Amino acid sequence: MITKRIIPCLDVRDGRVVKGQNFQGLRDVSSPVELGKFYSENGADELVFYDITASAEGRKLFTDILRQVAASIFIPLTVGGGINTLEDFDRVLKCGADKVSVNSGAIRDPSLVGAAARRYGDQCVVLSADVKRVEGQFRIFAKGGREDTGMEAISWIRKCVSNGAGEVVVNSIDTDGVKGGFDLPMLEAVCDAVDVPVIASGGAGCEGDFVKLFHTLPKVDAGLAASIFHFGTVKIPDLKRTLSENNILVRL
Amino acid sequence: MVGIIDYGVGNLFSLRSSFAAIGEEAFVSGDRQQLSQADRLVLPGVGAFADAAQKLRSQGLDGFVRDQAAAGKPLLGICLGMQLLFEKSFEYGEHQGLGLLEGQVVPMAGKLPRGLKIPHMGWNRLDVKGGRLLTGMDGQYVYFVHSYFGEHCEGSLAAVTDYGIPITAAVERDNIYGCQFHPEKSGETGLAILRKFCSL
Repeated sequence: MITKRIIPCLDVRDGRVVKGQNFQGLRDVSSPVELGKFYSENGADELVFYDITASAEGRKLFTDILRQVAASIFIPLTVGGGINTLEDFDRVLKCGADKVSVNSGAIRDPSLVGAAARRYGDQCVVLSADVKRVEGQFRIFAKGGREDTGMEAISWIRKCVSNGAGEVVVNSIDTDGVKGGFDLPMLEAVCDAVDVPVIASGGAGCEGDFVKLFHTLPKVDAGLAASIFHFGTVKIPDLKRTLSENNILVRL
Repeated sequence: MVGIIDYGVGNLFSLRSSFAAIGEEAFVSGDRQQLSQADRLVLPGVGAFADAAQKLRSQGLDGFVRDQAAAGKPLLGICLGMQLLFEKSFEYGEHQGLGLLEGQVVPMAGKLPRGLKIPHMGWNRLDVKGGRLLTGMDGQYVYFVHSYFGEHCEGSLAAVTDYGIPITAAVERDNIYGCQFHPEKSGETGLAILRKFCSL
């Protein structure tokens, strides 16, 4: 049977991996190629590279780095950040990405998910949703979590999946950086709404948070985190052993 | 030297990098003359069966691949490339494959127990049944992404994987090999399988 996936996320700006606290106060961590290789050789089931560069030069640098990463790691690679058009899909897929994650681009152009799914297949299109509670409602946020779109999150996610998104990453802005555990109520709402794989993101602080995630919500397919892996607070091989001891199927 | 067949389907970057990583010379080409110089061939592929079969035919590569296989050259089909080795597929209609192996490709939809998602995407375990390519790989995890699978291929079945039902994971007959999973995305296990292919 298919295993639960553990996915480190590498936010890249100006060619370096960074990680924010509630999406702000970025800190430089390491080289994307070195870190990618390290994870690939140490139990990561997949890698996500997120380009948080704003400038055109930064984007070019990211693409060059992506090519180096893809040439040196042999596990699935998802790339996101700055994906606004089919040309952006093309650009990162040609550099060796397997899946492309869209966030603000799908909000700006609601036809993007469908068009990309028709051209590259559903399995290639990942919807990344930044979600935050506002007035008792789950809301979709844009621009790296800075802008409230006013859209209700669950219906938005459902719509993107019916348009062809083959996987959904749910980033809870409410729990991101807090390290108090994944946002289980939010994830449960998404799992109930869609039949494609759901990846939990935002809030993991220790091994126990992953155990709780997969025990409470068996429909969640993967857990994603950044700083706890980059700083070694949680080591992926140890995490996977712990999950396995708790009867959660993982690739060891 | 490995010839990776380029017929305009899918991304060959990772595959080429994988062979580089195991120190095997590999080239990507859609040119029959050039491909015929290779010691072994890889037929990759992602996307829809009908579209891929049509592209192979329109470039005259279907007959070429059959001839090369018949001449005894090792051939490895990966993912959709494996599915193309069969006689036909029922992905959106009925379409002819290369017919190198007995069997057909059918949708998972309607055949899996409730609650299992389609595509079958992620790491799953090999249950090796036979053949040379996957010797010693029983129980190893490899990476799958697919919504259709091969059936009625008992004669060439080399491995299955459990996704509520046994799913054909690899096939093999003489010099013809096929993997439903992506060895180029399956970490060290995948690289070991590619290394093995290069020694067959």
